Amino acid sequence: MSKHPPQPLSAFDPRLLRAAFADSLKKLDPRVLWRNPVMFTVEIASAITLATFALSLTGANREPAWFTGSVSLWLWLTVIFSTFAEALAEGRGKARAASLRKTRTEVMAKRLEKPEIGSSYTLVGANQLRKDDHILVEQGELIAGDGDVVAGAALVNEAAVTGESAPVVRESGGDRSAVTGGTTVIANAIVVRITANPGETFLDRMISLIESARRRKTPNEIALEVLLIALTLVFFLVVANMSPLSRYSVAAAGHGTPVSLTILTALFVCLAPTTIAALLPAIGIAGMDRLFQKNVIALSGRAIEAAGDVNVLLLDKTGTITLGNREAVAFVPVGGHTEREVAEAALMASLTDETPEGRSVVVLARQKYGLRLDALPADAETIAFSADTRLSGVNVGGIQYRKGAADSVVAFVKGRHGEAAPRELGIEVDRIARAGATPLVVSRNEEILGVINLKDIIKSGIQERFQQLRSMGIRTVMITGDNPLTAAAIAAEAQVDDFLAQAKPEDKLRLIRDNQQAGYMVAMTGDGTNDAPALAQADVAVAMNTGTQPAREAANIIDLDSNPTKLLDIVEVGKQILMTRGNLTTFSISNDVAKYFAIIPAALVSIYPQLDALNVMGLGSPQSAILSAVIFNAVIIPLLIPLALKGTRYRPMPAEKLLIHNLLIYGVGGIVVPFVGIKAIDLFVGLFA
Amino acid sequence: MSAYDLTETVLFFAVLLAFTKPFGAFMARVYQGERTILSPLIAPCETLVYRLCGVDRNEEMEWKRYAGAMLLFNGVLFAGLFAMLMLQHLLPLNPQKMPPFPWPLALNTAISFVTNTNWQAYAGEQAASYFTQMAGITVHNFVSTATGMAVVVALIRGFARRTTSALGNFWVDLTRGILHILLPLSLVAAIVLVSQGVIQNVAPYRSVPLVQATDNVQEVTIPMGPVASQEAIKELGTNGGGFFNANSAHPYENPTPLSNFVEILLILLIPAGLTHTFGLLVGNPRQGWGILAAMLVLLILSFGILQWAESDGNPLVAGLGVQGANLEGKEVRFGLAGSSLFTVATTGTSCGAVNTMHDSLTPLGGMVPLMLLLSGEVVFGGVGSGLYTMLAFVVIAVFVAGLMIGRTPEYLGKKIEVREMWLSIVTILTAGVVVLIGSGVALLVPSAVASMANPGAHGLSEVLYAFASTANNNGSAFAGLNANTLFYNLLLAVAMLLGRYVPAVAILALAGSLAEKKYVPPSLGTLPTDKAPFVVWLVLVILIVGALTFFPALAMGPIVEQLIMIR
Repeated sequence: MSKHPPQPLSAFDPRLLRAAFADSLKKLDPRVLWRNPVMFTVEIASAITLATFALSLTGANREPAWFTGSVSLWLWLTVIFSTFAEALAEGRGKARAASLRKTRTEVMAKRLEKPEIGSSYTLVGANQLRKDDHILVEQGELIAGDGDVVAGAALVNEAAVTGESAPVVRESGGDRSAVTGGTTVIANAIVVRITANPGETFLDRMISLIESARRRKTPNEIALEVLLIALTLVFFLVVANMSPLSRYSVAAAGHGTPVSLTILTALFVCLAPTTIAALLPAIGIAGMDRLFQKNVIALSGRAIEAAGDVNVLLLDKTGTITLGNREAVAFVPVGGHTEREVAEAALMASLTDETPEGRSVVVLARQKYGLRLDALPADAETIAFSADTRLSGVNVGGIQYRKGAADSVVAFVKGRHGEAAPRELGIEVDRIARAGATPLVVSRNEEILGVINLKDIIKSGIQERFQQLRSMGIRTVMITGDNPLTAAAIAAEAQVDDFLAQAKPEDKLRLIRDNQQAGYMVAMTGDGTNDAPALAQADVAVAMNTGTQPAREAANIIDLDSNPTKLLDIVEVGKQILMTRGNLTTFSISNDVAKYFAIIPAALVSIYPQLDALNVMGLGSPQSAILSAVIFNAVIIPLLIPLALKGTRYRPMPAEKLLIHNLLIYGVGGIVVPFVGIKAIDLFVGLFA
Repeated sequence: MSAYDLTETVLFFAVLLAFTKPFGAFMARVYQGERTILSPLIAPCETLVYRLCGVDRNEEMEWKRYAGAMLLFNGVLFAGLFAMLMLQHLLPLNPQKMPPFPWPLALNTAISFVTNTNWQAYAGEQAASYFTQMAGITVHNFVSTATGMAVVVALIRGFARRTTSALGNFWVDLTRGILHILLPLSLVAAIVLVSQGVIQNVAPYRSVPLVQATDNVQEVTIPMGPVASQEAIKELGTNGGGFFNANSAHPYENPTPLSNFVEILLILLIPAGLTHTFGLLVGNPRQGWGILAAMLVLLILSFGILQWAESDGNPLVAGLGVQGANLEGKEVRFGLAGSSLFTVATTGTSCGAVNTMHDSLTPLGGMVPLMLLLSGEVVFGGVGSGLYTMLAFVVIAVFVAGLMIGRTPEYLGKKIEVREMWLSIVTILTAGVVVLIGSGVALLVPSAVASMANPGAHGLSEVLYAFASTANNNGSAFAGLNANTLFYNLLLAVAMLLGRYVPAVAILALAGSLAEKKYVPPSLGTLPTDKAPFVVWLVLVILIVGALTFFPALAMGPIVEQLIMIR
């Protein structure tokens, strides 16, 4: 269905890598870096080791210059790797924003005197348009700003915003009236009422959103940062405490040297949770970016994280659970008529019916009975469907073919002094409705011939998706305007957990409030104006891009593809962001065990030779041991960038299982991996030292 | 392990667990103001107290008022004890004519008892009058314990209540804790201890002729005193300040293996019971059992290591031809298990009473009580404080585990957000920060270094232990360190104050913040915090935080000492 943006960029595209490298150096500026406090302390530590290196060179520091120099180099690299990760995560978004900005070239708009197609207009710049101005947009022209179509209908190419090249219909009235500035009309002309002042349009918001994603931390991110800062502070104290303790130990043992400033600094950086702190900004940005690649725009990072917590999901039936349109699947004769008679009459009644339902009747009649009639005779008179009569059909050659809701057709026939409805009609109509389908009664003149069974077609694979949601702990509720009988049947077939039938806007709102009162997080997808209040109330509100302006304004997530099952992807990305953070935190802290076993014996062995027993990795020399730990600590960051950008894989499973699974990988793995890594680096360093 | 040791250990844990449920349920009823079996007797006294003090028992406090009342009450108590110690010579019940405490020692001691630490830089029988012991120290043993219980009860209400700022009434919680729980139990315990030979009198010290008199020494002075009444609450309230300097190793404090058994039980009784009280009050007993399980795992693990290290003995002594377990500093009447159990119980909780010389443990064995202190006193922990510190650990563990399963973390239906993280982190890290700074400073000050009896790695352990013990409000001493100096009296007093009140106020703020949250019902995606995986994770978090914070210090202390010993 959906196509991806015109030039999908790999996150590791060489152009992006180059740009990210340049950005990563700019981010070393302490005034920028202090926003990541842990990495800021690492930068200070790097500066300190640079000083000890300088002292080594002058001979004021007795540590060999190759050692202090290497430590300093790798500490600087640690900081650069972290800024690089962030820059890389921002790269794709920035590229997209730049391409969006290009489409927002200054266009001229035809401002109308009166909101109708024939009215006179003046040419003005798009930046002079204000809310409630009306503009005329004709074939081949760019729409100058966000707005609602108030007259006419047109085919619009929205590729600039959605990346979707197939044009869509935009028409006045109904739920497809919203147009976005920067898109192009490719056929017909429309009158658009402007709904956003310059600088506040959807495109402006999108660009600023993409560019500023990194500036806003979510509450959850801040809470994690609190933990990381606290750990950093503790490790600073641990290292500060080690200095007097080692001085005392030297005095007590009578030999050895106190732990040097270089080693203390190196130990501090190794212990501080640098891995997660370095990747933390990238994780969030990359998450939004991943959604963006799926054509979903989250108006805040908070909304994505909230999606990970959703307990209840309200889904519009039409277009989400069922295919947008119902389909004729059978002709049921009543009152002694044959099936073929019903099919013929239905075909006649539907020939001029351009609705998908009407077309499906024609298709069924052709497939099942080989009936074929391409055009009506010239004298045919089409009776269009209206909300009052609730039936449609044609009058041709003095015969009146009608189809419509059971009660209205029966009333129509009765009004023409026709026969009373056959007894079995009520039974058949009930049977079809009870099965979740829609019965349409067919009549020819004053005879009722039978019933068309119009079935809601449930999207294939939807049951599995609901099963997935259930295993994530999310309850699905189907919302529909159908009667309870039909709704129950569809709900059972689609395997949703619950349904709300004959739903009015206030019913939806109440349902959401009740669930929230009970403490649940509610997500909702919607597109219509009547969904807007409910969307505004929901914790996670996904509006379809094809939806109305009010719906889009009420939502905090916008799906450019207008594909309601996207919510599953959003939930998944929300969970992935949190999981990646949690897993890397655990990994980062578990790593400290091995780093201690590398650095502590190395730092203290001159005082207490017995502590060599703690050198379980058998590292070559104290200096290579310390250097190996520092290198491992630095190198692990770029190695984990792909994980941070892609997110840890999420598979729906019960929380407990998931915890065990991730603890085994990132907790136990976090303990084991650095033992292996540091040993390997030490062997490598040993080749040179 | 010998059959005797094994039997004692198994029996001990069986008895402890048997008491936990009924006693926890009893405490839950007390703090909810429900009728208990003791109500007919105690309710009138309670009413009388409220009337005398002008307390409206139905008045609820929000967290700041609760914390304010707690701090005010503790401040007044401190001033009272400080004055009593300084004016001891003017007060009655002083048959030995004890002189007043010098001010640094009085300050240190008053802070020590008001913070439930019971660090003693003095020897009880040589410095404190009977009046001081009874009206000062014993009274503080009750009120400091009840303070800790009140704080944890407020926290539990924070978890249990929804969208309110009311956390209960500090004065009511304090009064109920003392009258319904601590006084009756102490009474029973004191009688049991007396039956075992613990003394209870206010007689002058006795001079007794030696059975084998020497030319220089013909008689010995035996201290007397109201010991049993103080001993009971000393253990029950995880206070630990001994009547005698030898503490629970003294035959008048702890004469028999049975009294030893009872004393260990008393130490763990309330902390264990509170886990069930917690489970009941938050409406899900399994949550309480989960925490109890984590505590038990850590306690049994510690006991196993200690018992193993001590029964292995000291190879250097073995080299001299003395085989067997390390019995230096242990009372033979308690045996190895009786000593090890007491040691882990008293350091796992913030009790700090000792029946064993911790200084004489093998280096590895000595590291066990040290680690129990450094882990923040959560292995049952102090009465009240142990559970609330553990709950702060739970918040941290839930936060990281919650992220790992892809949910914004929640515990007991309450979302864990920035504020909860700050407060929990402050709670669990304050003591560690104080230890790191304090021990570092102490080793930079020459006079402080001179206080060590044993230089080298062991001396470092002694200093580390002193700060770990005070900052975590334990009060036991590794010994070997002369702490009655101006430097240590003041620095350790600061450590005790910070270690007690920073977490307590943070916990009350946490309680206030939690109480105001709404409840999020559990779903399939919710992390179950009452099942084995989470309990294991919690244990790992506690061990890792403790180990990572103190590994360098331990490497230069007990670890290297052990390595030197076995080489």
